[in-house]
Amino acid sequence: MSVSRVAGDPPTIAEAGRRLRSGETSAAELLAQVLDRAHRTEAQLHAYLTVDREGAAGAAAQADADLADGIDHGPLHGIPVALKDNMCTRGVETTAASQILSGYVPPYDATVVRKLRQGGAVMVGKTNLDEFAMGSSTENSAYGPSYNPWDIGRVPGGSSGGSAAAVAAGSALAALGSDTGGSIRQPASLTGLVGLKPTYGTVSRYGLIAFASSLDQIGPLTRTVEDAALLLETVWGHDPLDSTSHAGPYPEPRSRLGQGVEGLRVGVVAELSGEGYEPAVERAVTEMVEALADAGAGIVEVSLPTFEIALSAYYLIAPAEASANLARFDGIRYGHRGDGETSEALMARTRAEGFGPEVTRRILLGTYALSAGYYDAFYGQAQRVRAAIQDDFAAAYEKADVLVSPTSPTVAFPVGARVDDPLAMYLSDICTIPSNLAGHPAISVPVALGDAGLPIGFQVMAPPLGETVMFQVADAVERLAGFTAAPVLREVPA
Amino acid sequence: MSWEPVIGIEVHVELSTRSKMFCGCAVGFGAPPNTNVCPVCLGLPGALPVTNRKAIEDIIAIGLALNCEISDRSVFHRKNYFYADLPKNYQISQYDVPVCRDGHLDLTLDGETRRIGIERAHMEEDTGKSTHLGDTGRIHAAESTLLDFNRSGVPLVEIVSKPDIRSAVEARAYAQELRDLVSELGVSDARMEEGSIRFDANVSIREEGSEALGTKVEVKNMNSFRSLERAIAHEIERQVAVAEGGGEVIQETRHWDEEAGVTHSMRTKEGSSDYRYFVEPDLVPMDPGSRVEAIAARLPELPAARRERYRSQGLDGGLATVLSAAPAPLRRVYEEAIAAGAPPRPAANWLVGEVTAWARRTETELDELPLTGDQLAELLAIIDEGVVSASAAKEVLEGVLAGEGAAREVATQRELVQISDTGELSGVIDRVLAENPDAVESYRSGEEKVIGFLVGQVMRETGGRADPRAVNEMLRSAIAV
Repeated sequence: MSVSRVAGDPPTIAEAGRRLRSGETSAAELLAQVLDRAHRTEAQLHAYLTVDREGAAGAAAQADADLADGIDHGPLHGIPVALKDNMCTRGVETTAASQILSGYVPPYDATVVRKLRQGGAVMVGKTNLDEFAMGSSTENSAYGPSYNPWDIGRVPGGSSGGSAAAVAAGSALAALGSDTGGSIRQPASLTGLVGLKPTYGTVSRYGLIAFASSLDQIGPLTRTVEDAALLLETVWGHDPLDSTSHAGPYPEPRSRLGQGVEGLRVGVVAELSGEGYEPAVERAVTEMVEALADAGAGIVEVSLPTFEIALSAYYLIAPAEASANLARFDGIRYGHRGDGETSEALMARTRAEGFGPEVTRRILLGTYALSAGYYDAFYGQAQRVRAAIQDDFAAAYEKADVLVSPTSPTVAFPVGARVDDPLAMYLSDICTIPSNLAGHPAISVPVALGDAGLPIGFQVMAPPLGETVMFQVADAVERLAGFTAAPVLREVPA
Repeated sequence: MSWEPVIGIEVHVELSTRSKMFCGCAVGFGAPPNTNVCPVCLGLPGALPVTNRKAIEDIIAIGLALNCEISDRSVFHRKNYFYADLPKNYQISQYDVPVCRDGHLDLTLDGETRRIGIERAHMEEDTGKSTHLGDTGRIHAAESTLLDFNRSGVPLVEIVSKPDIRSAVEARAYAQELRDLVSELGVSDARMEEGSIRFDANVSIREEGSEALGTKVEVKNMNSFRSLERAIAHEIERQVAVAEGGGEVIQETRHWDEEAGVTHSMRTKEGSSDYRYFVEPDLVPMDPGSRVEAIAARLPELPAARRERYRSQGLDGGLATVLSAAPAPLRRVYEEAIAAGAPPRPAANWLVGEVTAWARRTETELDELPLTGDQLAELLAIIDEGVVSASAAKEVLEGVLAGEGAAREVATQRELVQISDTGELSGVIDRVLAENPDAVESYRSGEEKVIGFLVGQVMRETGGRADPRAVNEMLRSAIAV
């Protein structure tokens, strides 16, 4: 078997856009490049569940024709983008990586998909994920795991692991993921990308297959902070089809890029360090905090005691909502259908056959947490913790403009290392969950390589609708880190 | 031992909004199956609900009409249960913070007012419709089931009474009053036969004088007011028989069998089902309280208030009730006629009597009734003035409705004006007396009833245009001379 290195870093969105408009390249050519990458790497990475060659080719041709006619749809015009397979795409199979939705073709586009189309983006395909976004490694996919382009013996994180692997490998220039407890930021951290969970309500959830409605939020995975802002600006905005959508006004994420951090107060979260954190991760975070201080930021240590119980609250609220959200998968109207003499038996068989073990575990957990007699002790208590976390955040933002921490306590872990230990897997999201519970924005920026030469992500959290300051700091972090490492991709001929 | 029935009624009212509760699909009866559907009301993956503002305005109107408190903050909950015609396998409903609570509805029964408490009125979405094929049409024996999701997501208001109802007759009166009320508000078609208003009854019995509540049985499947009354009466009898036979009433749901006139056990409720209610995270809290003022300002006059007003105008209870329940166009003519100076009671009587009968006979829609209040007032005036007789007036009305003109004009043209000229009448009377000497003789010898025959002769001669009373008097004095 001959193995050769796949050459050439793919361009950023900003760079590709410049080349498109100068005539150096075309949307069709950009698409051909990412498809070529996918062709060379998919056998190892399994980032995609579906590649929509036909749809993408059509969109690229249209993008080129429009540009030739002087019609410019904006920063994503002609850019090949991947979508996590829990966002509905009209006419393209959408499975949420579950057997229960095998073969399901939605009759409508999610709002983000509609916005990408309107923005002239070229949607390459649908990426792998943990089934219904439940997991932190993409190993819970019913269609097999995805692998980390930095080391195919390791996971790409999850649940948006397919999106992360695709962008890290260059088989898309950017991707959308969804983040319920860290599912964009943690895989971004593990694959050396920028990953962002925006303020709850700023990106429409219409057409996102729900995991936990009050926590789910769609966001970008990109190679740079600027790209994350460009993609975010394309997909966010008020949507009358989502009642929890933010009416406005919206922040201006790019307005303070390049302005540095002089005079900003950066809070270091005391609770997100110590036991369970790899030394290299802690070192990278400390070094970045020092660099920020050198760049003129004021550093304050902040304590948010409720972060210690955020994980427990999350694992009651998210499964409780999921238990209802996933009730609709019953085999009656769409998706997989099991056999049954009665409608009850049919539904039970469908669900037993259609859901994987982690999804089943969470449905049972959530059903139990909502049961009469347990509701107040479990779900009710978790909601009170959630309110307390918001109070803790509010107090911390009296002292700091942004909060910082590692994104993940560890670098990418080996495939299979945590599959039999759900609690260890759940701890992957210890740093990211509080922002979901509070509904606040947070971003992961790659800052260094840690153990085994694997990337480490640095998390910047901000108050609700604080995207502008969050991007300002993330941009400074990116510049200070000067992180230019890229995975060494090897081509395995099929 | 004497038993007292304790009855509470749960009413489901389908609102006749243009679109469904949480999506833009049309609300309508009779569309081909599964044509008024979309990702939201089919529960497709990723679809999200958006609350119908009009439906919230409608439930606020219902709450105000039922004298309820309207919540300043109200939220939707998910009610979780698996059923094939419930697309999401949860229903978006309300739990502990409904839009309306603590109201009442007053009923007038045999001249007495009964106040029935309203526990709550909350907003929810309807389910799809299952049609079970094969055998009895009931689910357990069905060979297959057809699902129609046109009804899925139709806005539904559930109104729960307090257990204040004490008889089947009272239950029926409550149901009818409530139906009239929602229909008056214009928020629902409120047609029992189409299922746009549905009544379930919770029936229990207790020893007379006891304050404790007995075990309640839920009775379902009543599709007319008559069947509601029959079902409850039957259920009370059944429970009394069980209790007096030394047995115990068990908590269950019973199905009313209209043909057999009995209730059948559907399922036994072992405690209450666990619906695992929790706040619907796809929707945000509502503030219905802030809309109360605007909605109250445009509430129509409600049946109870209207009946009271009619009574104060001099209509007796029965007539006030009938006119109050009459279609709006008739009531509009009534109001106009009163304003034009017509006496209320005759105006109401003519409208619910002759006018309604004419419309039915000629199959005229009341919306297109060719009668104004002024025309009715003029008709009543010429009766009062003695210009036409009461019987001739009916013919005048026909003429007015046929578009022949105003009442006086019609009376003249159709030669229905009573002969008030005594000279003209005297001539006819003299002629009749001369032609009937035998009758005159009989009268003189004491057979007074022949006067009727003579009056009849005069009426015939005048083509019915004479006032019979005047003729009677003139005949008597003429014979007496």
